Amino acid sequence: MSNDGKFGMKKFLIPLAFFLSLVIFLALGLQRDPKEIPSPLVGQAAPAFKLFTLAPNDQTFEPQEMLGQVWMLNVWATWCVACREEHPLLVEFSKQHSLPIVGLSYKEVQAQDEPPGAKMSPEEKRLLARQRSEKWLRTRGNPYVLTALDLDGRVGIDYGVYGVPETYVIDKQGVIRYKLVGAITPEILSKKILPLVTDLQKT
Amino acid sequence: MSRCCDLFCRPFVLAALLWTSLTFPLMAMEAAPNAQDPVVEARMVHISEELRCMVCQNESLASSHAELAADLREEVRSLIRQNKTDDEIKAFLISRYGDFVLYRPAVKPMTWALWFGPFVLLLVALTAMLMYLRQRQKTLPQAGWTDEELKKAERLLKDGESA
Repeated sequence: MSNDGKFGMKKFLIPLAFFLSLVIFLALGLQRDPKEIPSPLVGQAAPAFKLFTLAPNDQTFEPQEMLGQVWMLNVWATWCVACREEHPLLVEFSKQHSLPIVGLSYKEVQAQDEPPGAKMSPEEKRLLARQRSEKWLRTRGNPYVLTALDLDGRVGIDYGVYGVPETYVIDKQGVIRYKLVGAITPEILSKKILPLVTDLQKT
Repeated sequence: MSRCCDLFCRPFVLAALLWTSLTFPLMAMEAAPNAQDPVVEARMVHISEELRCMVCQNESLASSHAELAADLREEVRSLIRQNKTDDEIKAFLISRYGDFVLYRPAVKPMTWALWFGPFVLLLVALTAMLMYLRQRQKTLPQAGWTDEELKKAERLLKDGESA
């Protein structure tokens, strides 16, 4: 009879173990953000580019100019709703820390901005992008040392941008050390970005 | 989580609805310049059906209306025109967006669990079932009728017929 009892216990434990492992897997799955995809760019050299900046003259920017210092690349646009959320954080951060933040204005002029039937010339697009971005930065504050204009989104593709805002931390050697898709939160800033930056600045 | 999607998808869901209902001829017009080279177009569709749109993750690059998908399709077209092979084009996208862009991830140690896990589970389940069935056969009493019982049953059946 004692044998029988043991067998009954086992019978009861096996499905329970299965059920518990299923619960654990599902719970872990629920915790994960499907938008959070490990970027293959982390650990790679930041892709090179040369773009016009927001400055009214034909000033350009290349990532190579930042070699020797740790910097942050923040992808934004005035039409981006989540950028509005994170912007005050960036402004505050730029006041408190000596970390240059370079803005990358991603596809500021969208297809629907163009007059129907007519394509805007690159110069017209650049002008419109400058007007809009400058107004935005004037009212909300400017955390950027400069903002480069990626009007056609080609640089965005090289950086694997798929959801504005995105933020990259790039080290002194020009290697991407961190990539964030989505808005920065105070938690991410203090727990992930700041320790990493301090660490990178030491070396 | 849907924040990023806000920016790309939502306007596009609306736009897509509006498009299909109002401006169907406009779509045909827009597709026209690309249709100039049907070979490039066919290859582009073939490649991008295998790729995930990173913005609306359950859509392929070929079917997505997201603006990024349109840009990436254009990128694929230009790579085709540069005589890149399908694998080179996929590698181009993987180097930027990761393995996640592939609907059919490559078979490598990292993805073994993904590819073979279900079969392993099936095997485990089958073995468990077989073991259980064997165990049950041993423990169950042999279901046999004695001659007496059979006769009794026969009598009962006959009684039923005559009644």
